[in-house]
Amino acid sequence: MSYVPNTAAEQQEMLRAVGVETIEDLLKPISPEVRLQRALALPKALPEPDLRRLMLRMSEENADLDHYASFLGAGSYEHIIPSVVPHLYKRSEFYTSYTPYQPEISQGMLQAIYEFQTMICQITGMDVANASMYDGSTAVVEAALLAVGPAGVGDVLVSRALDPQYRATLRTYAWARGFTYREIGLEDGATSLADLEAALTPQTKAVIIQQPNFFGVLEDGRAIERLTHKTSALYVVAITEPASLGVITAPGEYGADIVAGEGQSLGSPLGYGGPALGFFASRDQFVRRLPGRLVGKTVDDRGQEGYVLTLQTREQHIRRERATSNICTNQALLALATTIYLAALGKAGFRELGVQCLRKAHYAHDRIARIAGYRPLFTHPYFDEFAIATPLPPEQLNAALRERGIIGGYDLSADYPELGDAMLFAVTEARTREDIDALVEALEEIAGTANVN
Amino acid sequence: MSTEQLIFERGAPGRRAATLPTLDIPEQPLDSLIPAAYLRAEPAPLPEVSEIEVVRHYTHLSQRNFGVDQGFYPLGSCTMKYNPKINEDMASLPGFARLHPLEHESMTQGALQLLYELEQYLAEISGMRRVTLQPAAGAHGEITGLMIIKAYHESRGEGHRNIVLIPDGAHGTNPASATLAGYTTVELRSDARGGVDVAHLEEVLAAHDGKIAALMMTNPNTLGLFDENIVEIARRVHEAGGQLYYDGANSNAILGITRAGDMGFDVVHFNLHKTCSTPHGGGGPGAGPVGVAEHLVPFLPGPLPAQTEDGYAWEDAGPLSIGRVRANCGNFLVLVRAYTYIRFNGPDGMRHVSESAVLNANYVMRALQADYDLPYDRECMHEFVFSANRQKKRGATALDIAKRLLDFGIHPPTIYFPLVVPEAMMIEPTETETRETLDTFIAVMRQIAQEAAERPELLLEAPHDTVVGRLDQTLAARKPDLRWHTQPVQTLA
Repeated sequence: MSYVPNTAAEQQEMLRAVGVETIEDLLKPISPEVRLQRALALPKALPEPDLRRLMLRMSEENADLDHYASFLGAGSYEHIIPSVVPHLYKRSEFYTSYTPYQPEISQGMLQAIYEFQTMICQITGMDVANASMYDGSTAVVEAALLAVGPAGVGDVLVSRALDPQYRATLRTYAWARGFTYREIGLEDGATSLADLEAALTPQTKAVIIQQPNFFGVLEDGRAIERLTHKTSALYVVAITEPASLGVITAPGEYGADIVAGEGQSLGSPLGYGGPALGFFASRDQFVRRLPGRLVGKTVDDRGQEGYVLTLQTREQHIRRERATSNICTNQALLALATTIYLAALGKAGFRELGVQCLRKAHYAHDRIARIAGYRPLFTHPYFDEFAIATPLPPEQLNAALRERGIIGGYDLSADYPELGDAMLFAVTEARTREDIDALVEALEEIAGTANVN
Repeated sequence: MSTEQLIFERGAPGRRAATLPTLDIPEQPLDSLIPAAYLRAEPAPLPEVSEIEVVRHYTHLSQRNFGVDQGFYPLGSCTMKYNPKINEDMASLPGFARLHPLEHESMTQGALQLLYELEQYLAEISGMRRVTLQPAAGAHGEITGLMIIKAYHESRGEGHRNIVLIPDGAHGTNPASATLAGYTTVELRSDARGGVDVAHLEEVLAAHDGKIAALMMTNPNTLGLFDENIVEIARRVHEAGGQLYYDGANSNAILGITRAGDMGFDVVHFNLHKTCSTPHGGGGPGAGPVGVAEHLVPFLPGPLPAQTEDGYAWEDAGPLSIGRVRANCGNFLVLVRAYTYIRFNGPDGMRHVSESAVLNANYVMRALQADYDLPYDRECMHEFVFSANRQKKRGATALDIAKRLLDFGIHPPTIYFPLVVPEAMMIEPTETETRETLDTFIAVMRQIAQEAAERPELLLEAPHDTVVGRLDQTLAARKPDLRWHTQPVQTLA
């Protein structure tokens, strides 16, 4: 089976037209010594109905969020996606198109990306944004690469409250490119200003924090900016939960040079972590150093406005080994989904989204804090996620929650052993009061039962 | 002909599309929950539009866009094959789409099984030992593969190897990725048959003795030609202590026929959005899994899916691993599509894909070689490169031919690439096109060749029927307008 339309008889005629007898004649340049002398060891082909059954069964081996109330965040967030969003971005004129290098027949995607770039600027308070990156972690890597420049050396200071997976990714690239990765310690769950001040040197190329940080804590963005900009280092703010930007101060307001992050929250399914949506925004002065694609507005030979991919001399297909980044394929379709999502929510809806997440998280936080044995770890303000010291190992708690149809919080003990038994709960607008009350009841019951034992 | 307003120019204050859930908890003043200093003073100035406006706007935009579902897309090097609809449906199943990446292994057995099996399929297809599914795209795979090579050399005390060899016809991502991995690139010349010039390779290997880290190569190369000297090239690079990196962008030519591993490569990346039919999405997402030979397995990024006595689990990477190359486990929903595609095709179907892709390319090439210059006249693989030199002498360039194709509802080939062919037009029909479509394309290309000779102005003015004409790229780059700004209110003086 395959999606090849031409029959064997038609292919025979085509071979004759080419002037050969068999397909083998066309494959002659591939010498016998490199030939695979057997069939590929793959499972036999399945017709579509059989395949559908197999895939459905496999998908049902997973605990999807239609069947569980989840309090798991830690970089990936469940938000409600209005029906209008998938109906539009799944139009095949969009998803079966290539990168819009032929602008005359790609105005739709180009204009949507121009709108995306605008919306990213509107929510982050920055001047300019690109057409997307792979995900939040690689967007932050690109920010570090922009900061270290073509020489690829210098110090990049990274808050220990940046998502542990992002920090791991940064370490990998730092080693390969040759810049120095240094971590800044924490105080009460926020980036330590004293540590930061002590670590800043003339070699510092960038300071990277996350807002809200991995613990959901709101950092003092302005205080970090003041320290950072006493040097020539770039101030990079990573955002993994952009729903926060509906209600929390935009990084552009407290002096960020680059805002890089993860846009999955805004209209894309969780999808077991991918595809995700990296976004990258900066101040105007960095526009010719940005990684990735940019869409710009221009005019055509008839005097009409139109859109093109622009400033391409930064990119790999033109600049090759001197490109600002090696990125080619990006996440355009998810950028489109986010554009539609933000248009659908609009000015009032996006703010309401932030307000709902914030209120529901605070309701959950206050209820959990009142259960005997559970204690908030930090005192700072937070958005829709918060850390709780738990009376039992999180692994044990989560196993008991699973039995009750609840996906509990993120177990912090592996990444931050110094915190002891601790869990990170995310509460978005997708959780109802009923969900939250059930969680609280379960946490109480599980801890109570354990105490009796 | 027409312009579509921006979403920001539509609507009216107070309009709105999406609704949020009823707030079912007690409401407290916001500044009693967090200090006012952290609160946004003004809401983000997003559009204020109703649902019908959102629907009309993005539907209109979709109608101003051209995808494989609308017509022929012979865009060389990009493998714009048909994107099967079942793939989309499977990627939308709630058990895949509504799954959090940090859920406990016991809750994600189906996803882990899929990843575990997909890794095995890709290892078999490429002749590699193991495969990481983390990389999000081809270029991400390249940097991952090069980092694996770097870690390998360092582990042997040969971290001083700093040179990556790249043929002159290579994709731009190859040298860009090499720089990012901290390497210096040296370009290899092509020979008269379009392959790597082995004599030049020898010279370069000798000149940089002890410094060679790797050779990056596509085979078939960007001319669509299979390099017949591949075994010899692999032997020489290995003897010089280098590793061989296979850029899998052109894998659609060789499925089930030969494998990167059989040719002597040590690392390979896939472009699942090319080879395995996952849609290009207007620029992404793709997926760029990386396979490695046995000796490079310890350097793979982790975690990797594994089968245990109790089912499937994530296995952490060992101490030699390069570490993560992104958050979470890769572009999972793209991987679901690729898995679906491989299971639909099976071993015979996969081979039939490549054989048919090669046949379609040769069919078009032979039919048109009297009308356009064919710089390398030999059997091509899944794609081939014409030169528009002959047409340029009459005043119409490859760009003009590309724009004229738009008038016929055909997406142009890749032009001006590879750089080794002047006025290059790189044509990749793919296996999913009917003979009638190919015949139509052939007839159109002949007509355009005739027009170029007789009425070149038709080409120079093209396209004639698109929603916009040729756009001013120079203006776009000189005065970048990269976002919409709220227009200042006009007041009468």
